[in-house]
Amino acid sequence: MIRWEPRENPTAPTSTLVTAGSLGAGLVAVGILFAFSGVNPFFAYYKIFSGSFGSFYGLGETLTKATPLLLTAVGLSIPYRGKFWNIGAESQILMGALAAVTMGLFVFPGLPAPVFILALFLTGAIAGGLWGIIPALLKIKLGVNEVISTLMLNYIAVKIVEFLVNNGPLTGKSKRGYPYTDDLLPASFLPVIPGTRIHWITLALGIAAAIGVFFLLKHSKLGYEIRVSGENREAARYAGINFLKVSVISMAISGALAGLAGVGELAGIHHHLGDPGSLSSGYGFTAIIVVWLARLNPLGILLSSFLMAGILVGGDAIQISLKLPAVTVQVVNGIFLLFLIAGEFFMQNRPQGRGEK
Amino acid sequence: MEQPLRTLELAGITKSFYGKTVNDGVSLSLKGGDILGLLGENGAGKTTLMNILFGLYRPDSGSIVLDGKSVSFKSPKEAMRAGIGMVHQHFALVPGHSVLDNITVALHNSPFFYPQKAARKRVVSFQEKFHLDVPLEAKAWELSAGELQRVEILKALLNGAEILILDEPTSVLSAIEVQQLFTLLRTMASEGKIILIISHKLEEILDLCTRVAVLRKGKIETQRLTQGADKRQLARMMVGHEVHTEQNREEIAAGEVILEVENLHVLGDRGELMVKGVNFQVRQHEIFGIAGVSGNGQRELAEAITGLRGASSGKVWLDGRDVTGASVKHLSAQGVAHIPEERMRFGIVPNFLLYENAVLKDYHAQDFSDKGFLNRTAIKGFAEMIVENFRVTTPSIHTPLKNLSGGNIQKLILGREITGDPTLLVASHPTYGLDVGATEYIRTHLLARRNAGGAVLLISEDLEEIMTLADQIAVIYGGKFMGILHRNHATMTDLGLMMAGVHP
Repeated sequence: MIRWEPRENPTAPTSTLVTAGSLGAGLVAVGILFAFSGVNPFFAYYKIFSGSFGSFYGLGETLTKATPLLLTAVGLSIPYRGKFWNIGAESQILMGALAAVTMGLFVFPGLPAPVFILALFLTGAIAGGLWGIIPALLKIKLGVNEVISTLMLNYIAVKIVEFLVNNGPLTGKSKRGYPYTDDLLPASFLPVIPGTRIHWITLALGIAAAIGVFFLLKHSKLGYEIRVSGENREAARYAGINFLKVSVISMAISGALAGLAGVGELAGIHHHLGDPGSLSSGYGFTAIIVVWLARLNPLGILLSSFLMAGILVGGDAIQISLKLPAVTVQVVNGIFLLFLIAGEFFMQNRPQGRGEK
Repeated sequence: MEQPLRTLELAGITKSFYGKTVNDGVSLSLKGGDILGLLGENGAGKTTLMNILFGLYRPDSGSIVLDGKSVSFKSPKEAMRAGIGMVHQHFALVPGHSVLDNITVALHNSPFFYPQKAARKRVVSFQEKFHLDVPLEAKAWELSAGELQRVEILKALLNGAEILILDEPTSVLSAIEVQQLFTLLRTMASEGKIILIISHKLEEILDLCTRVAVLRKGKIETQRLTQGADKRQLARMMVGHEVHTEQNREEIAAGEVILEVENLHVLGDRGELMVKGVNFQVRQHEIFGIAGVSGNGQRELAEAITGLRGASSGKVWLDGRDVTGASVKHLSAQGVAHIPEERMRFGIVPNFLLYENAVLKDYHAQDFSDKGFLNRTAIKGFAEMIVENFRVTTPSIHTPLKNLSGGNIQKLILGREITGDPTLLVASHPTYGLDVGATEYIRTHLLARRNAGGAVLLISEDLEEIMTLADQIAVIYGGKFMGILHRNHATMTDLGLMMAGVHP
């Protein structure tokens, strides 16, 4: 039996090594899965890689999918640093898009394009933020576990959108009974990089958010309060940190960034809101993997969201070229998340008898 | 029980942790029918000794002799098989399960199918024999502390315990429950069982036990029959000998009243009343010491004064202003500093760097943050200043604080809290677990704070420390003050008796 002892301070090389090891082990496990499905794993990986990074089109798609992941994951890194487990980014994305489409259809028309777009983003951020505050209030005021409440709020948001869009008040008159809202006015469409679907404004927002949140956590008073609350709750109490304020603000920012991602998908790609699953297709959950892959470091998310988007795009590619079932991508993601979480153990512990005595 | 009288002997038990000797050549000798009270302060080594007997630790040297045979337990399971049972201070029952389920799980050799049925039979027979009244169908969370304890005892008995160890068994019980427990234990002893009780409550020990042993700093000070034992002498042995260390304390007349506490009642974590009507004042140029064995309400009292916990009734006045229920931030801004107990848990963020910890209480002060952003230069400068002024030994201010020794961590906390001359300093167990050098250093600074005109509330279970530093000494027991004495009128013996709940 190997005995384990706590690691004093995981250094950057250790951390990189463990993450790489986790990913490597995940690759092997997924490879075995491919082999059982009768596909040569090396060929499958080749297809994934070339599908997502190997062509102009693939790279464009990867960046398109990286955009919502980046914004959402950066948002998640804030409450996660305070050990507030927000599993509800999916619904925060959705509520951002819902508020934006509503305002965009009924209130904003007539605004000049730049103002229209700005108004949409603001609306989405506010809606996502407000939706994110609910579990923070529930936790601090009533002691409701945030994992449960954020998770449940996902279902509530889905049902709200379904109710409004499917033969409801928001069902589009131009859509002949299909469960879609009407399209937004072209003035509100986000510009894309020609030949791709990259709505670069949202991508730029994501990059700015990553840098901004990095500084927020490291250099601001609020960041200090969040980190103390996450590291040592008793010490935070002793320091007089107001948990209500810290949780509400971190969840508001987290939800707002997810809301921005929702607006990006809405105004950049779909231009209408339809079946809840089509707008986000699980970005809010995938972002959880992305943020852990980056070890909660907002700058690391710049890389991890790109990587994860590559896996998503490559997954679509193998689905088509290798005729694997559609859920394969989700299985692959789930396996990677499992290995990453398991890797945490090696981050905190090391085999006894090694290293300094 | 028609079997020969059991005997238990501990011979020369020695155990050390990380080079610190916790039990030093402890020998005890007991036979069936004995009830031994093991007295001692916290940290005297009582619990370690009992954990060795129960197989949780293995002694470095020395032996356990049971019925004339030398035994060595590798685990509690082996100890239980040999007939040793232990009731811990904190009960280990699954709250949502019924009492019967809880008992069944703990039983050895219960059948695979319908184990509850078999357990019930055995439980009922034991209940009748010992009048152990517990509702078997109730869920564990519905039970009172006394009932929970009876379940634990029942578990031990059902597993064939002939020797029963109880760790601070009365600390959570009401007066009536204490009497019920004692009756039960006497019945068990009359059945020929051996009972060992860890406690610091002198009266109770003298009332219940047939034998008494005093443990101090890991060594047995005395071991004798309870009959004819001298209370004062036992109390003295518990707390050590009179000390005459006079630090360089100047005679300064106390000044204005800084802190006034009036009939304060405070609830504990589990909603039970922990501070039951306490009154005192702390003045400028004064160290007010609160002595007592920990767990008697000190923590709740300190937390209520520093804003960490609300008061259920009563008042706290600071500088003549009512600050009952004020927040930590407000009190801190009013000049209340706090050196908390369990420094690693409350006082610092171990994974943070030293300089980040240096402003844990004051990160929001104007000096250290500007428009929502931390002023790292100022913070690092402040940290450097503390490290230098308070002689914190550290590779740099960029070291994670958990890598420092306890003494250096405490120096940092001390520096952080007293830089800025607080009007009131609340210091809870400030030298607990520190080496001699660090202890002296901290004490010198507490006195300096007093000399400079600060009011200091010192909470400690180290009587030597209280006697050395405090101008006024209160002893807390069961959430109430046993009395407040001026330093010139306090003797170690009297304080020791009061700590054990006896009026001298």
